[in-house]
Amino acid sequence: MRVSVTVNGTQRQVDDVWEGESLLYVLRERMGLPGSKNACEQGECGSCTVYLDGVSVCACLVAAGQAAGRDVRTVEGLAADDGAHALREAFVEAGAVQCGFCTPGLIVAAHDLLERVPRPDDAEIREALAGNLCRCTGYEQILDAVRRAAERTVG
Amino acid sequence: MPAPSTSPAPPAAGTSTRVTGGVGESARRPDGALKVTGEFAYSSDLWADDMLWGATLRSPHPHARLTGLDIGPAVAMPGVYAVLTHDDVPGRTVYGLERADQPVLCDGIARYHGEPVAIVAADHPETARRAASRIVAEYDVLEPLTDPRRAIDPASAPRVHPTGNVVRHLAVRKGDFETGLDVAAEVTVTGEYEVGMQDQAFLGPESGLAVPAEDGGVDLFVATQWLHVDRDQVAACLGMPPERVRLTLGGVGGAFGAREDLSMQIHACMLALHTGRPVKMVYSREESFFGHVHRHPAVLRYEHGASRDGLLRYVKAEIVLDGGAYMSSTPAVVANAATLGVGPYDVPHVSVDCWGVYTNNPPCGAMRGFGAVQAAFGYESQMDRMAAELGLDPVEFRIRNAMSEGSTMPTGQAVDSPAPVAELLKRVSSVPLPPRERGDDGYDLRELPGGVSNTTHGEGVVRGVGYGVGIKNVCFSEGFDDYSTARVRLETVDGRPVASVHTAAAEVGQGLVTLLVQIARTELGIDEVTILPADTEVGSAGSTSASRQSYVTGGAVRAACEAIRERVPDPASLPDGEVVEETVEWRHRPTSPLNEHGQGNAHVQYAFAAHRAVVDVDTELGLVKVVELATAQDVGKAMNPDAVVGQINGGSAQGLGLALMEEVQVSGGRIGNPSFTDYLIPTILDMPPTRVDILELADPEAPYGLRGVGEPPAISSTPAIVAAVRAATGAALTRIPIRPEHILDLSGVSEGERT
Repeated sequence: MRVSVTVNGTQRQVDDVWEGESLLYVLRERMGLPGSKNACEQGECGSCTVYLDGVSVCACLVAAGQAAGRDVRTVEGLAADDGAHALREAFVEAGAVQCGFCTPGLIVAAHDLLERVPRPDDAEIREALAGNLCRCTGYEQILDAVRRAAERTVG
Repeated sequence: MPAPSTSPAPPAAGTSTRVTGGVGESARRPDGALKVTGEFAYSSDLWADDMLWGATLRSPHPHARLTGLDIGPAVAMPGVYAVLTHDDVPGRTVYGLERADQPVLCDGIARYHGEPVAIVAADHPETARRAASRIVAEYDVLEPLTDPRRAIDPASAPRVHPTGNVVRHLAVRKGDFETGLDVAAEVTVTGEYEVGMQDQAFLGPESGLAVPAEDGGVDLFVATQWLHVDRDQVAACLGMPPERVRLTLGGVGGAFGAREDLSMQIHACMLALHTGRPVKMVYSREESFFGHVHRHPAVLRYEHGASRDGLLRYVKAEIVLDGGAYMSSTPAVVANAATLGVGPYDVPHVSVDCWGVYTNNPPCGAMRGFGAVQAAFGYESQMDRMAAELGLDPVEFRIRNAMSEGSTMPTGQAVDSPAPVAELLKRVSSVPLPPRERGDDGYDLRELPGGVSNTTHGEGVVRGVGYGVGIKNVCFSEGFDDYSTARVRLETVDGRPVASVHTAAAEVGQGLVTLLVQIARTELGIDEVTILPADTEVGSAGSTSASRQSYVTGGAVRAACEAIRERVPDPASLPDGEVVEETVEWRHRPTSPLNEHGQGNAHVQYAFAAHRAVVDVDTELGLVKVVELATAQDVGKAMNPDAVVGQINGGSAQGLGLALMEEVQVSGGRIGNPSFTDYLIPTILDMPPTRVDILELADPEAPYGLRGVGEPPAISSTPAIVAAVRAATGAALTRIPIRPEHILDLSGVSEGERT
């Protein structure tokens, strides 16, 4: 089937999509956007978190056809976003990145949090990021990174 | 080649203050910017023109004879380019880290649930998977051997391999046990403990891209822990000289031991060579649970003897490690569990027997802590029992028996560098306890066991505090030739001195690439250092495991920089256009094999960490919330303090997982929970705040005095958490991970009522 979708502000069209393909597969393998990660492909790890019409979702749980005609924003699409920039800086600075496989999903999830709650407390950060698994860091430095980014963004 | 250094060399004269981001600073990761933007290329992100996708058919039975295999229906599918079986393996048909005992594809007997039987290449991953499922495999199902305790009997049946089911039995005898005398003590405690099968659960799935080359060989881009040992195994099975198999490290999404063995490497290369096209293989999460080795489950029997005044007199232990269907690194795991089996304590008389066995359970091999994790749950549980028996505080009892520099290991090896076990315990026990926070309207649900499931508002919740301390060997042991190779190139470009560092060491997330940049900066006195991609075009760096890369590849890079400095005393003043390059193979001090009594200087270095865990337990539901983890670890030299903290927090989290939630559920040889829905790893809600205290007591043998960092925190957090839950509840808790029913007293409750 043919799928037309707006990705990171650009209208994209892909052909020969098998009906069972996920939005994640289409992004990664058909659109050259591998920043969304494929750690579990069952909605448990959050490594493929993207915005779908402004709502953060696991791209692996969205059928490609479901995304047709809608607006998708991936981690690549946050390149010029100030809030995401603060998060990226803070993640590197705080040592919140080790293997990094969870990082793009966390950047999107944390971006979503800070858009909604500019100065979250620790419990709010934990609740918001509970769907993003990280196996390397033990999360402490991720918390630290989100705190730092929040401070800087709000000023 | 310069002689290996045996003492920390001073930094290059006059240069150490000039550079920024040198040794000892929290320099930023060179791959950090790419990782936060999503641009970093992991092995599952690779892509080539005209690429095919591979898929694997696996045995549904833990033990079966393969009686028929009809690939016809798969071959007939449009889009399928190759279907290969055991008969198509071009070279050696088996592979393995220590002994080649694992078939590349099922050789007629399937020995575990998930054993690869056939592989497919197709133009879409779903086509490949469907084709694999259309292969008709017929089996005679055989009785599986699933009880490792049965497998230690030399006459046990069925034999998983013709050589018998005991992979290794190691006996360690010290003191009167070595001379054959009886040993008694005033107070004894015995216990039997069990450790479930833990999964490394790295996030980046097994994956890679194999590209056929013009010389008839193959280029493989893959996530692994050890490029050269992969290359040698792949080449042997392809029937090719190693130089025609070239490996480059793809971005690695975590490892923790699970990438030390091969997964899709040979399969992807076979399919690429057969089709003449690049082949990508990416395991799904479910397949990943079948596609790599796990942590050995263990059964441990301990008897501790002590004097009334609280000094350990003897320890007797029997440890059985379930290695599953193939050998992998089981012999080395046995060595660690046996030689480290009494923990970081002075024990005059020791008798440890450790068996690693074959069964028809999933194969087990390397995972962070590697044998030391299992033993630590046993000996630390025993230390608490003995302390209680003696009426001593568990920290005080540990400190009285703590080993120190100059102590003698059960192997007879003298501990010849700092071993601050007592100090680590003092530090974690002196951290102020976290307050019991209670808001005006009672508890914050998110801070309670059960969390926002709203299972308690504090009623039935009891707090407990527990301690654990552990010991780990660093680097490869028992006489292994454990070297690393570094090539460092110095040149001046447009008036600026630039160095590039080339090694085959696998960066798996731990931050080795940062460390190597820091070392080159410090040693050469220049700021601009580039790390080249790791590949097999340079000599082996050995494995990224055993907490060894900072030590060994760090040592190699430092030695290569020293060799450059011998030629160019002031590297910053190298004239424009000149190039200086040095390649160095660097070794740590040699180790010895163990004799028939388990005696010998088998280990390079020991590392120690201690934890204090504070937990809240809902005693009505058996739910646990870890409130805080305090930890202290001697790292010799904090080469990059932020990275050290990251290793300690990450290791502590994996230990928390083993204590409370992580187990590959194996029943009758079958894995029942191959997903992140059913195999639980700690989330950010499960991990408590941590307090990390880092000691830097230099090891004079090691580069910069450093001590391996990665594994110790994964060892002591588990027993500390279990001890805290015991302290809160009084439950015996002899098995990990703890389940709610272990905490609750369900005696008198019928089986039906429990579910």
